[in-house]
Amino acid sequence: MSNLRSLSFDAIIIGGGGAGMRAALELAKSGKKTAVLSKVFPTRSHTVSAQGGITCAIASSDPDDDWRWHMYDTVKGGDYIADQDAAEYMCSEGPKAVFELEHMGLPFSRFDNGRIYQRPFGGQSKNFGEGGQAARTCAAADRTGHALLHTLYQNNLKNNTTFLNEWYAVDLVKNANGDVVGCIAMDIETGEVVHVKSKATVLATGGAGRIYASTTNALINTGDGIGMALRAGFPMQDMEMWQFHPTGIYGAGTLVTEGCRGEGGYLINKDGERFMERYAPNAKDLAGRDVVARSMVMEILEGRGCGEHGDHVFLKLDHLGDDVLGKRLPGIVELSKTFAHVDPASEPIPVVPTCHYMMGGIPTNVHGQAIMQDGDGKDRIVNGLFACGEAACVSVHGANRLGGNSLLDLVVFGRAAGMFIEGALNEGVDYLDASESDIATAMKRMSRWNESGDGESVPALKRELQAIMQNSFGVFREEENMQKGVRQLEELRARIGNAYLPDKSNAFNTARVEALELDNLMEVAEATAIAALDRKESRGAHSRYDYPDRDDVNWLKHSLYFPLEKRVGKRDVNFAPKTVDTFEPKIRTY
Amino acid sequence: MSTLQVSIYRYNPETDSAPYMQEFQVDTHGRDLMVLDVLHLMKEQDSGLAFRRSCREGVCGSDGMNMNGKNGLGCITPLSEVVKGNKLVLRPLPGLPVIRDLVVDMGLFYKQYERIQPYLLNSDPEPAIERLQSPEDRDKLDGLYECILCACCSTACPSFWWNPEKFVGPAGLLQSYRFLADSRDTATAERLAALEDPFSVFRCRGIMNCVAVCPKGLNPTRAIGKIREMLLADAT
Repeated sequence: MSNLRSLSFDAIIIGGGGAGMRAALELAKSGKKTAVLSKVFPTRSHTVSAQGGITCAIASSDPDDDWRWHMYDTVKGGDYIADQDAAEYMCSEGPKAVFELEHMGLPFSRFDNGRIYQRPFGGQSKNFGEGGQAARTCAAADRTGHALLHTLYQNNLKNNTTFLNEWYAVDLVKNANGDVVGCIAMDIETGEVVHVKSKATVLATGGAGRIYASTTNALINTGDGIGMALRAGFPMQDMEMWQFHPTGIYGAGTLVTEGCRGEGGYLINKDGERFMERYAPNAKDLAGRDVVARSMVMEILEGRGCGEHGDHVFLKLDHLGDDVLGKRLPGIVELSKTFAHVDPASEPIPVVPTCHYMMGGIPTNVHGQAIMQDGDGKDRIVNGLFACGEAACVSVHGANRLGGNSLLDLVVFGRAAGMFIEGALNEGVDYLDASESDIATAMKRMSRWNESGDGESVPALKRELQAIMQNSFGVFREEENMQKGVRQLEELRARIGNAYLPDKSNAFNTARVEALELDNLMEVAEATAIAALDRKESRGAHSRYDYPDRDDVNWLKHSLYFPLEKRVGKRDVNFAPKTVDTFEPKIRTY
Repeated sequence: MSTLQVSIYRYNPETDSAPYMQEFQVDTHGRDLMVLDVLHLMKEQDSGLAFRRSCREGVCGSDGMNMNGKNGLGCITPLSEVVKGNKLVLRPLPGLPVIRDLVVDMGLFYKQYERIQPYLLNSDPEPAIERLQSPEDRDKLDGLYECILCACCSTACPSFWWNPEKFVGPAGLLQSYRFLADSRDTATAERLAALEDPFSVFRCRGIMNCVAVCPKGLNPTRAIGKIREMLLADAT
């Protein structure tokens, strides 16, 4: 037998953010032997940084609100490659999931009538785009992610969930049939490496914004689940679709919520002009994030940027008054003072589009089951593997996510995955055990680092990777520059394969964790680059100078990146919601 | 001056028989970096240096540490705020066992948090929509729910140093009051009963180190005062 100690669970959930903890809660309540394995203590997960809120038609600000309007906005926001059955599921199940959070104790802000406070966010409309701006984002001041994550952790404590905190998942273990039957993981505190056996393995590892030099994402967002799935040979969907949030603080990258614009703030250029009126005459500053980010870059490129180098714009909030700033945006006031050295009550905040969210990820159905393609290009379920939250691509966000939809995504699909796994376990699902050589395969990468003798350093290689992605795969893209980026990444991959881990100690060795994370960043970056080069059109967040128009004839499709051949294929978008008529693709204007 | 003198607590249980202070020279290029940025520069000199970090914007609570004698978060503490005479001394949060370098074992701290039942308890049936709460009642949670569990307060508290097993400590008590103050929670009596011994709450001596160090500007001492009032009112 393998000399690794093994642990055995019905379900192992990798990642302790909102999606993972929502899935865990469902399973803990069911009495299944479940564990959450997280590289950080769960409340340190990146969900904690979400600010503005969770978008959902709970009909609080508008008693006539309708989840179908939210679904329409979501499909349009995603530039029509969101799967309509998935968007339907999220928007219709959403109210249940939000009320559950409230019942668990989430301290939502309130309207005078005692109901949950909702604010306007970008891309929101009433009556299928005909009824003007909606206010559909449920908020706990501007700390909704913090409130949500802590509430979920607290309720997992209440339900006695098992946590493997500060454990790092290294790679998936597949059996001889290709089913996922667990993972290799390391207890960071002791350095012990363990074989975790499980009938269901859920990747809830979040995003990978750290592939870019400038990102709103936490330092831990290194795409670990995506890296694990790619190394195991599973395809990734829509990896070219990265959201650049319009308002990252210039220089620091920290997020300034879209809720600022929802509460009445707006962007200005160096002439003090509210330039979004030109680009999106109706929605103005509350157009889709991709639209606003592009408009900002256009202003900067055309010489109307602010500051000494003309390389950012300003977000103006000083007209909102102390009451709105203090009650609705207290965290933003704090962050602006700390990272931009400005008090938004009197000065505008310097902002610039900043990498924020990965729309792509592990393709799944609404139950969180991971999907691959068989030889005929037909969908096939991957036995034992699940994904939810930002790591998954269900796809509800298509080519551009709407603000407030990420928190809804993670509670709705975390919950759905939990419920589905409970059902599958009740039916007695079981797979062939992994063999010695299956486990050895999953251990290869770890061993490589542990045996490295000399070579380049991890932080320097990481910086190079981030610079390549920033330079070649940013807000605007173009063939030649992307080809250069792909070549540079290819060369970088070889160098990372020979990189050096100087510190081989066991106790809380963060250098080893960062080395393992670098492999994942590399996987995510390459998938992104190759998929971006392949999609020859502009849609949502993927914007090309050389193909400036949307091409529905050829590209009303998901991209599917196959890591073994480094090939990009296509997958059909779902246009068959169960209870509403299909939203046919239309020209997308705001 | 652009070269900062940093003295940092080092301990690796595998190689060091005892902890020691190590000197680093860090080139800041004259910028007013955050302490966390300085740690990253130091880690490039010595990859073995261990510290926790995640959000790097003061909301996840990973990088609580002691900087020139005061607890705080490295990621939102600019050098201009802590450095004296071009010297920065970095130590792990005091009073908790050290795992490695700045990484402490937070087990006792979390145990006290778990002890206060940090979740809403409500025995009434759940309504079909949300439970209603007036804005005034919701306001009572401000200054309480924002805690990020960084442990800066509890590890600055002499009462917690003395009785970490029995005194809940400022972070746990702040959360205890967060649920006592929530109009939706129905377990007030049960919560108070679990706190009425001489240690859990009453070991707070009003030293207010917790208030002085909280990176989120919260006031655990005030919350503890409120719990005391509730306990005393309960007893009469």
